[in-house]
Amino acid sequence: MAGFCWQPGADLATLRLRADLLARIRAFFAARGVLEVETPALSAAAISDPHLASFAVCYTGPGPRHGQTLYLPTSPEFPMKRLLAAGSGCIYQIARVFRDGEAGRLHNPEFTLLEWYRVGFDHHRLMDEVADLATELLAGRVSLAEPERLSYRAAFQRDLGLDPHRATVAELAASAERFEVSIPPGMPTDKTDPWLDLLLTHRIEPRLGAGRLTFLYDYPASQAALARLRPGDPPVGERFELYLNGIELANGFHELGDVVEQRRRFEEENAARRALGLSIMPVDDNLLAALAAGLPDCAGVALGFDRLAMLAAEKKSLAEVLAFPFDRA
Amino acid sequence: MATYSTNEFKSGLKIMMDGDPYAIVENEFVKPGKGQAFNRVKVRNLKTGRVIERTFKSGDSVEGADVTDVELQYLYNDGEYWHFMDQQSYEQLTADAAAVGDAAKWLKEEAICQVTLWNGVPLSVAAPNFVIVTIVETDPGVRGDTSGGGGKPATLETGAVVRVPLFVQNGEVIKVDTRTGEYVSRVKE
Repeated sequence: MAGFCWQPGADLATLRLRADLLARIRAFFAARGVLEVETPALSAAAISDPHLASFAVCYTGPGPRHGQTLYLPTSPEFPMKRLLAAGSGCIYQIARVFRDGEAGRLHNPEFTLLEWYRVGFDHHRLMDEVADLATELLAGRVSLAEPERLSYRAAFQRDLGLDPHRATVAELAASAERFEVSIPPGMPTDKTDPWLDLLLTHRIEPRLGAGRLTFLYDYPASQAALARLRPGDPPVGERFELYLNGIELANGFHELGDVVEQRRRFEEENAARRALGLSIMPVDDNLLAALAAGLPDCAGVALGFDRLAMLAAEKKSLAEVLAFPFDRA
Repeated sequence: MATYSTNEFKSGLKIMMDGDPYAIVENEFVKPGKGQAFNRVKVRNLKTGRVIERTFKSGDSVEGADVTDVELQYLYNDGEYWHFMDQQSYEQLTADAAAVGDAAKWLKEEAICQVTLWNGVPLSVAAPNFVIVTIVETDPGVRGDTSGGGGKPATLETGAVVRVPLFVQNGEVIKVDTRTGEYVSRVKE
């Protein structure tokens, strides 16, 4: 019928490439003794991060959850940590995840995350493994120089000449003006994080990972998310992000295992949601109970599989590597 | 006027910024791994044509601009203003030199033009892509030269000057592409 966009967004060669990458990922982890797992896509709890929006669906029964709102995962992190606390050992998952409000050249509201956890690793050791996997998957397709590691502070010092851990809102605003970054209306005057995000996305990210895997690591404590804090002056979140050719590919943590700290962060996030007029998310009490029972010391990372496929296929948008991108799903 | 959330941003959307109407040329959603998402847009000022970059926090709203494109018939110029007519309602609208801009040199009476209105007032005028016009002044060509190579300037009845092949003569009617300002062909009347 005319007017219907029934054809796939990705060509057949790209779909074959995706299948090949998935097979190689499974072989990579099988060789390293990492167990493949699957966790639910429907949960009564949801992430409270104010910058992530979960899709909600309604379960009509039967059973105790009759008439309950359930949430689709923005990542499989919480149930995977419950497996770790239950003694699973190292695990990985190739998960379909969902994020409302995210669509664009590099965003599709549903996408595939490769997420894995390594017991006994810290974030630096996990960065080594991420580099090994990415290098192996991109070999012969993308020529890569040696991987590079850059602390969050070093990146800001290099590109903007300021210390992100100490700069004030006024200093960050002045830097945005000096580097001709358009300042959005309504930027807060009492929080530096949105200003750091503005400078990072506009001035630093586009140049990260030029022809090489670049890891940005040790984030401001306020951006630690689910990473543990390393005491110091200032303390930093043991978190990293991977970039290639200006595109963010992965986010990892030396995982926070402290249940008290985790509960405090959830409460802070929900307070921030309330202040922004966003709905309060039901906290994952199962995760907190698992942390209380004991999460083994581990590091975990989530890698955007579609973006990796896009770079491997030398495409410019996610729509070209998805069988059916959102606008024709 | 309606307001638009950044979620509604797409190329062509007309928005108000700093008191001027703008059209979105390009919209890119950018988000750090964790944290604040932004919409990075390229916007064209509909008064000046200048393209600038702007960033909005994703989820914020912007006032829409009451900008519409209409087809109007050009009537005449009174020395200061250009007068147009809506062929359905017979309503007449006047455009000033800033709105008519470069289109002025292509406007021939009765031509149908695309006029962009802002709050009902002409903001810009686009000449038809092709116009049929009479040459009012050009040097006599070299007899026998039909190659068209080189060419010569010719002044048109509307005031524009275009390069025409040497064989084209004074008083002839030609077709011109107004987007490039180039001669297309002679037109037999």
